[in-house]
Amino acid sequence: MSSFNIVKLENQQCNINISDRLDKSAIKFIYGQIKKIKNTKFSLVKIDCSELKTLDYAGALLLADLSASFCENGASIVVAGLNSDFQSLMFFARKNLRQKSRIKYIKENFFISIMIKAGKQTLDSLESFAFFLSFLGETLLQFFRVLARPWKFRYKATAVHIEKSGAQALPIVALTSFLVGLVVAYQGAEQLAKFGANIFIVDMVSISMFRELAPLIAAIVIAGRSASSYTAEIGTMKITEEIDAMRSMGFEPIVFLVLPRIFALVIAMPLIVFFADIIGVFGGMIVAKSSLGISYTEFILRARDVVAMKHILIGLFKAPFFAMLIATIGCFRGFQVTGSTESIGRYTTISVVNAIFWVIACNALISVVLTDIGI
Amino acid sequence: MSRVIISVKDVVTRFGKKVVHDKVSIDIKEGEIYGILGGSGSGKTTLLREIIMLQKFKSGSISVLGKKIEKISYKDAVELKKNWSVLFQFGALFSSLNVLENVSIPLIEYTDMPKDFIDEVALSKLKMSGLKKEATYLFPSELSGGMKKRAALARALVMDPKILFLDEPTSGLDPVGAENFDRLIKELATLLKLTVVIVTHDLHTIEHVLDRFCIIFDKKILFEGDLQEAKNFKHYAIKEFLKLER
Repeated sequence: MSSFNIVKLENQQCNINISDRLDKSAIKFIYGQIKKIKNTKFSLVKIDCSELKTLDYAGALLLADLSASFCENGASIVVAGLNSDFQSLMFFARKNLRQKSRIKYIKENFFISIMIKAGKQTLDSLESFAFFLSFLGETLLQFFRVLARPWKFRYKATAVHIEKSGAQALPIVALTSFLVGLVVAYQGAEQLAKFGANIFIVDMVSISMFRELAPLIAAIVIAGRSASSYTAEIGTMKITEEIDAMRSMGFEPIVFLVLPRIFALVIAMPLIVFFADIIGVFGGMIVAKSSLGISYTEFILRARDVVAMKHILIGLFKAPFFAMLIATIGCFRGFQVTGSTESIGRYTTISVVNAIFWVIACNALISVVLTDIGI
Repeated sequence: MSRVIISVKDVVTRFGKKVVHDKVSIDIKEGEIYGILGGSGSGKTTLLREIIMLQKFKSGSISVLGKKIEKISYKDAVELKKNWSVLFQFGALFSSLNVLENVSIPLIEYTDMPKDFIDEVALSKLKMSGLKKEATYLFPSELSGGMKKRAALARALVMDPKILFLDEPTSGLDPVGAENFDRLIKELATLLKLTVVIVTHDLHTIEHVLDRFCIIFDKKILFEGDLQEAKNFKHYAIKEFLKLER
């Protein structure tokens, strides 16, 4: 262990004796000792280091800092007994002394900082909205450009994205919609059995699945899967300057990255929803058979009679809108990524939350409008 | 002569079927500035990563400070790692922390020094590595490439390591910045008595900083020695590499 002695002499003199070690392991102790005398007025301070065996950079810095602060208080300092290695280390530390108090770091008062944060966030969301409008405008512009020159459209990329965000999502969409169909049928079965209206399970499961549930579930699963991957993909490309590279070569990132993703999802989404329809109703059929004793043929015949085509069409009609929302939000948030890898994570989160919210909001809007006009 | 601090013996590295190193052996002595040179894709960074235990090798042996790293226990490995620090090619600063926090985090984790003093040590290392004080509270995403390297150097130096590993320290810096960085490394190595291992292909670094170096060529060590010996070594690859005939 290190030892550290302070001997206060008369007429404002002080002897400090440091022996053995002055390194990172000893500093906690010594620093506490020094704090006690740091602001005392001395005219002469002698620091004796002749018995010091270990000195590392942190220790040397402590010595340098100590002499500097005594000097500021008007004392003369003598550091004695350092061997030449330690001496050069201490000179080096003194040269590199940088006091924290000299560096500007403005720390606001709590309330002001809250105000500043609120203001900043407001401005940020306004800015983000403006950026969204310009992104949407640019996407539309490029869309019309491509419409006029269809050979410029990236068919291959679109096909790839149909596979990645459509076909590969089928298993998870199947599982979720099957489970939801199952649950809805179970809940309904119990209530309907009370009235002896068993056969109405068919109407309930089919209509709710076709019209509302299947499109919504599919859209939420796709939002979680694809909005996040679009944001992360494009965000990474932005950080690695791939997007700048494209622009510098005259390739339009919107045409290369955004349009294929939007088109892929718009094409794939109705198909996914139709698939979810079938699987969801199938889940209902299983429950209808097992707990209400309605056979599959009975179920299907009843469904043919009571479920109007419009319910299926409405569900399929919503799909492209959801697809557009998800793809646009995913791509847009990706383009907002700047600077660090951390911001990829942040915007990916934002993009998924946004996409799911807007899907639900859009679904509500369509429902209200359709009910209003009586479909 | 000073003792050998890192010794690489007959190391073979393979990625799948691709052989990167075929029985590579080098010795690095205490207190020297040693360079690992080679064309791009020759496996210099791979060799560095093997020495610092970030990557496994197929066969052979590497010992650092007398410990064989291929069969080291977890506890010994943690202790051994405290003896060195690494400056990665792009700094690898933690993006969620500002510069001062980045530099002080090893001290916070490994020592019991008071926070005020930790800050002081960190600031001093930042000054040592030549980062302007205006950058103290900036985040890595707000720094230029050169500033990132300097902040990362400060972080690498903060625990007073015995060995400092530098992966292409001057890449991405402008010539003046690169020369300053070279000078800084040389100066720090002398003052802090460091052993420095540099992966580089910067000619200025090779000429002015390195004491000794090896050249990896065609999966093997083609040459090991100092610049004078390299100039006398007759092999087209070395001539080409050091551009001795202009």
